[in-house]
Amino acid sequence: MTDAATLPAGRARPSSASPNAPLGRIVSWLRRRIFASWRDAALSFAVAAVLGGIAWAIVPWALFDATWSGASRADCTGTGACWAFVTAKASQFVYGFYPPAERWRANIAFALLVVGLIWLMVPRLPGKRHAALFMMVVLPVATFLLLHGGFGGLAVVPSDQWGGLLLTMILAVSGITFSLPFGVLFALGRRSRMPLIRWFCIGFIEFCRGVPFLTVLFMAIVMLPFFLPSGTKPDPLALAVVGIIFYEAAYMAEVVRGGLQALPKGQYEAAMAIGFGYWRTMLHIILPQAVRKVVPGVVNTTISLLKNTTLVMVVGLFDLLNIVSAGVSDPLWAGSQAEGYFIVGLVFWLMSFGLSCYSRAIEAGFARAERS
Amino acid sequence: MTVTPAVSLPTRRPLFRRRRLLGWLYQGLLVVALAALAYVAIGNLQDNLAARGLKLGFDFLWREAGFEIAFHLIPYTASDNYWRVFLIGITNTLLVTVLAILFSTVLGFGVGIAQLSGNWAMSRAARIYVEIVRNLPQLLHILILYNVALRALPAPRAAVNLGDAVYLSNRGILVPALTTDRPGLLAIAILVAVIAALALFRSLTAYAERSGRSVNAWLPSLAVLVLLPALTVGLSGAQLGVSLPQLKGFNFAGGWVLVPELSALVIAMAIYNAAFIGELVRASIESVNKGQREAAAAIGFGWWQTLRFIVIPQATRVLLPPLSNQYLNILKGSSLAVAIGYPDLVGVFTGISINQTGRAIEIVTMTMAVYLAISLLIGALINLFNHMTRIVER
Repeated sequence: MTDAATLPAGRARPSSASPNAPLGRIVSWLRRRIFASWRDAALSFAVAAVLGGIAWAIVPWALFDATWSGASRADCTGTGACWAFVTAKASQFVYGFYPPAERWRANIAFALLVVGLIWLMVPRLPGKRHAALFMMVVLPVATFLLLHGGFGGLAVVPSDQWGGLLLTMILAVSGITFSLPFGVLFALGRRSRMPLIRWFCIGFIEFCRGVPFLTVLFMAIVMLPFFLPSGTKPDPLALAVVGIIFYEAAYMAEVVRGGLQALPKGQYEAAMAIGFGYWRTMLHIILPQAVRKVVPGVVNTTISLLKNTTLVMVVGLFDLLNIVSAGVSDPLWAGSQAEGYFIVGLVFWLMSFGLSCYSRAIEAGFARAERS
Repeated sequence: MTVTPAVSLPTRRPLFRRRRLLGWLYQGLLVVALAALAYVAIGNLQDNLAARGLKLGFDFLWREAGFEIAFHLIPYTASDNYWRVFLIGITNTLLVTVLAILFSTVLGFGVGIAQLSGNWAMSRAARIYVEIVRNLPQLLHILILYNVALRALPAPRAAVNLGDAVYLSNRGILVPALTTDRPGLLAIAILVAVIAALALFRSLTAYAERSGRSVNAWLPSLAVLVLLPALTVGLSGAQLGVSLPQLKGFNFAGGWVLVPELSALVIAMAIYNAAFIGELVRASIESVNKGQREAAAAIGFGWWQTLRFIVIPQATRVLLPPLSNQYLNILKGSSLAVAIGYPDLVGVFTGISINQTGRAIEIVTMTMAVYLAISLLIGALINLFNHMTRIVER
């Protein structure tokens, strides 16, 4: 294996062609990066063969030999994927057991989410403060009222019928929107001069970071009801959301703390010198700079939160992964695991990869703004 | 708190501007709020326990569990008690964690070095691996491995045979097992040999550095590592053998069986965490200033010397804290075992035992305490290491 990092520079051989001509440049690049030596050439071919082999196995399975429609697994007679499973169950994957007649309500909730996300994430759109307010107050309240119903002639749909992608999005979006503000509070508390507040925050953060998310979910769903007033029947979904928010808030807090520590002391002193109090210093001087520094960390935590939502299947909630797993155990479609997991993987991959691309884009934007 | 600046400075600062007073007020509020919360919660707890006829306590640990556990490292029967179940959960969790750490580290270092390869195809392939793997949930990796990949393996009769020693089948992975009638003696001998070999290696390299002579430290250390256990076995007359898995009827006999749940879990966790470790390794090597390598080349260091004396010592200092964090993530991630029925601590204790006994509070607390203790212990070790290896400014 050749590794540029550990080799002295100078593997490149000077190309005989002129480096300015496009063809010459390509030839020189090929010589340098693909065929630098006979070992490199062999390695390149081996890698290409492996990748080609994988593509050769997956692409015909997923596209050319696949069956796209049918009423059961028996209709899938080809050697490829049985996408009929996904097309037949698509609406269940998206809405879970939400009653079909009421699914327009879920559609409105999705639309509100898309509007809020575009407003918040496209840098050119104005009114970011209102957008944040919309995401943190309007969206959760409106989504809950819409999905739950029970007023103005809307039938009540209890939360155990919510499922699929809808539930995954509820968990992820509420987790993300609330874990960041709580994380900021815990980060500030951990750096506070008041010992009791500092100890409380350290204890909370280290506790959450030291235990698996699954045990926090068990705590929220199995143990917490013992501490609530007797007679109340707490909603498992609400308990799971609370568990996610506080668990991820601890991770957010550590990310934000990194940004706070990276700011020079002069920023605090300057704010104090112009007579700012604690909260004004934090809100107007420190946090805007600190959060900018930790955008990659915040996005990484967001992605891990998104992936962690799949764990609710262990405590019996029907998120996207669980509803697809349930679909596979339908005798009509037995043996469709590969197709189901492929779709779940695709959805999660697109969301996670999209988020990390977005984070790189805003980082680049910040870097441009600093330079100009 | 927004305070409009006063036009004329007051001689006495108003109450809400006195920081120390305000500080005690906030802290007092926190304490009062927590105490009130605890008071209400404990009151509710007493009501709830009374309503269900339950009592808090750990007496249930000595009751007979009464269920079978498919995989255990220490002896267990259904008539053993819940304390035994707890111990089995811990050992099973540690087994998965250690195996996953081992394989993900090997794979992750490969991925990290491949990403830095001068060969474009290699570095692209490693990049693609990282971007695909780390953007999928770990639970999905585990389910795919267990429900798709291992199911696709043939039945034991047609198992994939790797050199008559390792067999892959849908009943799990079979590997050769070392058999001995004196396991304790062998374990001690191996432990002593490892320590002796490490000590010898260190003192030889220290001698080489002191004297400036080129000393081969590898050969004698390896010799100690191999010869010491061999001599122990030879002198004590212990029986030592290798048991190869062999097909007997419809299933295998002999060898060591990694049950499908364990195999799927370890492989999936290795694949998933290797992507993260690969990124850490790449970043740590990139963090070593290019000038360091050029300087090494300038004083005539070869490829291996540059790596051994310049790159690795500096990269290690950057790599170890996040790497140990990743190892803690592997420990915590091993709790996903419950999704495929591997009897780890969460699966067998938090899952089954709560269903059987209803002791949710005690069991969840014990489970969390185990993870927390291991995490804090490793965290303390990391801090100690950081303290020992920090750059001493001279």
